[in-house]
Amino acid sequence: MVGPSGCGKSTLLNLIAGIDRPSSGELLFDGHQIKRAAAERVVVFQEAALYPWLNVRANVEFGLKIKGTPKKERKQIVDRYLELVNLTRFEKAFVHELSGGMKQRVQLARALAVEPRMLLMDEPFAALDAQTRDLLQLELQEIWQRTGATIFFITHNVREAALLADRVFVMTPSPGRMKAEIPVPLLRPRNLDTHAVVDFAAEIRAALQHEDYTARTPGARFEI
Amino acid sequence: MKSKAFRILRVVAFYGALLLLWQLIFEAHLWSPYLLPEPTTVYEALRRYFDNGVLWESIQTTMQRMLIGFSIAFVIGMTIGIAIGSVRWIDETLGSLVLGMQSLPSISWLPLSILWFGLSEKAIIFIVIMGSIWAIAISARDGVRNIPILQRRAAQVFGASRWQTIRYVTLPGMLPSMAQGLKLGWSFSWRSLMAGELIFVSVGLGHLLELGRDLNNMSLVIGIMGVIVGIGLLFDRLVFGPLESWVQTRWGLAGR
Repeated sequence: MVGPSGCGKSTLLNLIAGIDRPSSGELLFDGHQIKRAAAERVVVFQEAALYPWLNVRANVEFGLKIKGTPKKERKQIVDRYLELVNLTRFEKAFVHELSGGMKQRVQLARALAVEPRMLLMDEPFAALDAQTRDLLQLELQEIWQRTGATIFFITHNVREAALLADRVFVMTPSPGRMKAEIPVPLLRPRNLDTHAVVDFAAEIRAALQHEDYTARTPGARFEI
Repeated sequence: MKSKAFRILRVVAFYGALLLLWQLIFEAHLWSPYLLPEPTTVYEALRRYFDNGVLWESIQTTMQRMLIGFSIAFVIGMTIGIAIGSVRWIDETLGSLVLGMQSLPSISWLPLSILWFGLSEKAIIFIVIMGSIWAIAISARDGVRNIPILQRRAAQVFGASRWQTIRYVTLPGMLPSMAQGLKLGWSFSWRSLMAGELIFVSVGLGHLLELGRDLNNMSLVIGIMGVIVGIGLLFDRLVFGPLESWVQTRWGLAGR
């Protein structure tokens, strides 16, 4: 999901997560109305919403604890996801000892550990430096290929969209409307600097900037 | 950074010098010995009260009052603080009362306490409770408010119930504020307990001070004051110090 600031991307994400309620209309998840937040739709926030009193392992374990997964099982699952995000070595570290990129990997592992049907990522890499961002984008692509979870990903960065997305949704600001849906037919694994990705990024940017592109009428139904 | 041994030595030397100064002032005979006794006399007085069991009994009684009162204040204060910190209408009503109450020195509760409970243990424990409850409530409120909204939301997205959010996020997240508040509450309670014991209660460190005055036993008075300071330091080092440094390592606040 791309769009300028203030167009309501995060609002939409919060609605899908069940953190906020729609003032009108309805959101269906697998045909069922979304009424509250649940572990089948987990959010990865932009800033590390990690718990400083817990070490890395305990942070990853957090969602499982809420879910009530038995202790023995929790350990195995956490081991698996710590390895997936390459943080096994840092399992005992505290949050303030981690770099920004590592914090986001912890968040990712914490979210994946509960095996959600959908992962909601709200500009998760926006606050990172460019190099770390590139690295994490590629890692996310790989993780996605290995786990197969559906990911709803908000970004400002069109190249990020071209790299990661199967479908890119473009939103317009005031009023926040869905403007276009662009399928991304590129093969995976994709690489940031290949021409195909760069060209596609340009196409998304064009759709974003094209003023005449009429927004679709409100009330339409979107499949994400 | 000097070595640990050096720093310990420096502290020992400081107190040694202090004792020496005291001794010198005593030798100068500026005041008569029963107004300013020498260090060894004070030590002997303490020793005598320790040997006959009175000192130890007093410490036990005082600490018991302190622990009972503080525990009650902790439970009630935490509950009030969390309620004020999380629910707006409670903040607007009870919140202002708590702020007001905090400005009242807890020894002001003494007359009321005596009329309600008589000259009893209950009365003095009531004073202890009043000493720390508001400081604990206010720091609990701040603790709840200082938890970043994303931390609570993160629990919510995993489907945490309200109770789970309190248990896994609010309670541990409050700790940095609580470490301060507990220490403050403890010292308020400690002061009012001393005042209370001094004024009306039999048995206890404050009462020993009063006894020293009645007997014109300055050595006992100074000795007991030393014991009171010592217990204060002990709690700071054994309870609140470790709690604070734990919070600092976890939250990464050290060295800021």
